[in-house]
Amino acid sequence: MRLDFHKNHRLLFGVIFFGFIGLSLIIAIGPAIWVNDNNTPLPTSQPLTAQEQAGLGVYVGEGCLYCHTQQVRPLPEDSPYGRPSVPGDYARLRWLDVWREPPMILGTERTGPDLSNVANRQPSATWQYLHLYQPRSVVPGSVMPSFPWLFTVEANPAPGAVIVPVPAQYAPAAGKVVATPRAQALVAYLLSLKQPPLTAGGATAPAAAAAPAAGGAGPDGAAVYGNYCVSCHQNNGEGLKGAFPPLKGDPVVTAQDPTTHIHTVLFGLQGKKINGAEYAAVMPPWSATLSDAQIAAVVNHERTSWGNSAPTVTAADVAAVRKQGADAGEDHE
Amino acid sequence: MTTQRPLTVQKTRIDELIDADHSLTRLVYAYIACAAIWLVFGTLVGEYLGLKFVWPDFGVEPWLSFGRLRPVHTNVVLWGWASLGMIGLALWVVPRTCQRALHSTRLAWISLLLLNAAVLAGVICLASGVNNGGGEYREFIWPVMGTFALGIILLAYNVYRTIAARATEEIYISNWYILGALLWTIVLVVVGYLPWYQNGLGDTVIQGYYMHMGVGMWFTPMVLGLTYYFLPKLLNKPIYSYSLGVLAFWTQMVFYSMIGAHHFVFSPIPWWLQTVAIVFSVGMLVPVVAGTGNFLLTMRGSWSTIARSYSLPFILGGVLFYFFASTQGTFEAFRSLNRVWHFTNFTVAHAHLTVYGFVVFLIWGGVYGLLPRITGREPPQLAVGAHFWLALVGVLVYGFALMIGGTLQGQSWIAQAPFIDSVTLMAPYWTGRAVGGTLMFLSHLIFAYNVWKMRPGEATAPSPAVAAFQAEAA
Repeated sequence: MRLDFHKNHRLLFGVIFFGFIGLSLIIAIGPAIWVNDNNTPLPTSQPLTAQEQAGLGVYVGEGCLYCHTQQVRPLPEDSPYGRPSVPGDYARLRWLDVWREPPMILGTERTGPDLSNVANRQPSATWQYLHLYQPRSVVPGSVMPSFPWLFTVEANPAPGAVIVPVPAQYAPAAGKVVATPRAQALVAYLLSLKQPPLTAGGATAPAAAAAPAAGGAGPDGAAVYGNYCVSCHQNNGEGLKGAFPPLKGDPVVTAQDPTTHIHTVLFGLQGKKINGAEYAAVMPPWSATLSDAQIAAVVNHERTSWGNSAPTVTAADVAAVRKQGADAGEDHE
Repeated sequence: MTTQRPLTVQKTRIDELIDADHSLTRLVYAYIACAAIWLVFGTLVGEYLGLKFVWPDFGVEPWLSFGRLRPVHTNVVLWGWASLGMIGLALWVVPRTCQRALHSTRLAWISLLLLNAAVLAGVICLASGVNNGGGEYREFIWPVMGTFALGIILLAYNVYRTIAARATEEIYISNWYILGALLWTIVLVVVGYLPWYQNGLGDTVIQGYYMHMGVGMWFTPMVLGLTYYFLPKLLNKPIYSYSLGVLAFWTQMVFYSMIGAHHFVFSPIPWWLQTVAIVFSVGMLVPVVAGTGNFLLTMRGSWSTIARSYSLPFILGGVLFYFFASTQGTFEAFRSLNRVWHFTNFTVAHAHLTVYGFVVFLIWGGVYGLLPRITGREPPQLAVGAHFWLALVGVLVYGFALMIGGTLQGQSWIAQAPFIDSVTLMAPYWTGRAVGGTLMFLSHLIFAYNVWKMRPGEATAPSPAVAAFQAEAA
């Protein structure tokens, strides 16, 4: 057979068409089948509930995945987001319905932070609702869109309605902001985003994060604060009235004895009155995420910023409180 | 003699009125007019989205939100504007180079209807929050993309029959690229939408292939094929090397196919697949250098002709963007640089430098090179010049703002600064992008006006300008 491509249109376009099908089998379909067959969900992972699955539908329809990735790369700068992602993390993804493909939650752009582990980093439903209703109410520099159509404003919310404590600056003139079922589904989905440990029984060790920074100077407390604390307690340490307590001038943060302060950062806090005020939001425990050195750094940052001046602590102090365990905590005032 | 103008140089008027088949003229014009409408709509959306980075609370209706309109912008400019524009030009080039009438004008009108219907339905779905899954350029749900694919299948059949019936012995290189692009895109859509291998991470493997090949096997070969016709035609000289065009063609097909996974470097898809993609991203330089070299060597010695033309500067711009932006893509694939640039706005800059700087400029060169010659109506030269410079300066401002900002974003992450720093540092660059985007959008309004000015007139009468030229020549 003569290879006269330039004269024989059957030969030319046959090779173009079937050649490309062959290349597609090699580079796309074959590998896709291979990754499907060789990966199963992690044994420690849970399938999404019906509500969380509905939330994933909202996540796709509202285009959250255009600005938020769900893939942690094996690079040091991705370590605040969790452990590197593995194929098993995605093995439960299926077609949403007959119309829509498995969503591309890995994403390609990070205009906002990665969400693989957002439920561990930001477990407060209150914060999530506020952030969806008006991102700038909790993160002043944010450029995230607000999603007011996921909420209704009601003068007399029904009992059991999810009421969002929107700060006065962003609140509607009258009535209360109530989360719709779609908002509740989306928040349920976001709060399901916790990387399961790779092996049963093993915890996500903070070992990687414990590595000292270059030069042996130890972790930068301001950076740890910026990554883990600022979204609720804010840059000025004043929190958000009615939603998140201030650290500036707080008796625990400025106390001579740092034990309660360290304990709160390590093991979290829930349902306690702080300086007479009640807060619906939950303070998450950081003991599994942050190393002793990081916690010492951030505690010191809090004890010496915004006019606070209290004695500082060392990683050894943190280790001692960690060793005593969560139950050894002292009561908040 | 030309009239003296204080600010601009008189460009040459067209020197031939192709004795056109008017049914084909109307068809080609309909494709390009629809394309121009999609361009204005799609980039109005883009302009609005760019402003949202500066004023995030600007427009809070659900169908005006960023998450819904971003895919509207990308899908409309790709599947509406650029695709219809390229096809419109191709429907002229294929019969012309085959010296045969188009197999079926009627079938091509049906394709136009299907493609427009698909893009319109897709816009409505996306604005209502019905998104296929958020994979880029794969956001139309399958019934919508199926309609689009049907339009492409009919076109491929139409073009194939025309080529099969050609009066020339050889198949001109433009037709390799044009029909190749149509056939590849059919395969691409089928592979991208078949369900069986797309659960879990399989979907991501397919997405890398699909999003890369959507550009590399549709837009790139299509505009290259058009340029292999328009450049020699407008310069009135043969292409520098036919063989180089053939080399670029086969290396395009083999190398581009392999590099989809470079959109997922450092992701959990197989490491070897990422490495293959990176290696072939270097191989991609072969068709890029062969293609741009061929075009630039064809232009050599004809710079004054290009300077006197209002269509050729667009083609020169497109060829230069093809070289620089494709080379940039190769560098972005390297793990060392991918670490800095991946996930940042640098990617957005790259997408615009390639699709806009390269693909769209070549489409504009073809439109300004062809329409006046088949309709007999020239656009106002000042308006074409304003279009060219606004678009060029606009895309450069856009590109450099986001390349610089994106690099700073990546460095901020590597320094492990708090995430919000990488948002606040972007403010001046997002403003720069909005300025560049505004210039680009203004140029599109002028382009739409020019397309209107180039509309087919009475079946026989050439425009006064052409009549004057013909009288002068006679």
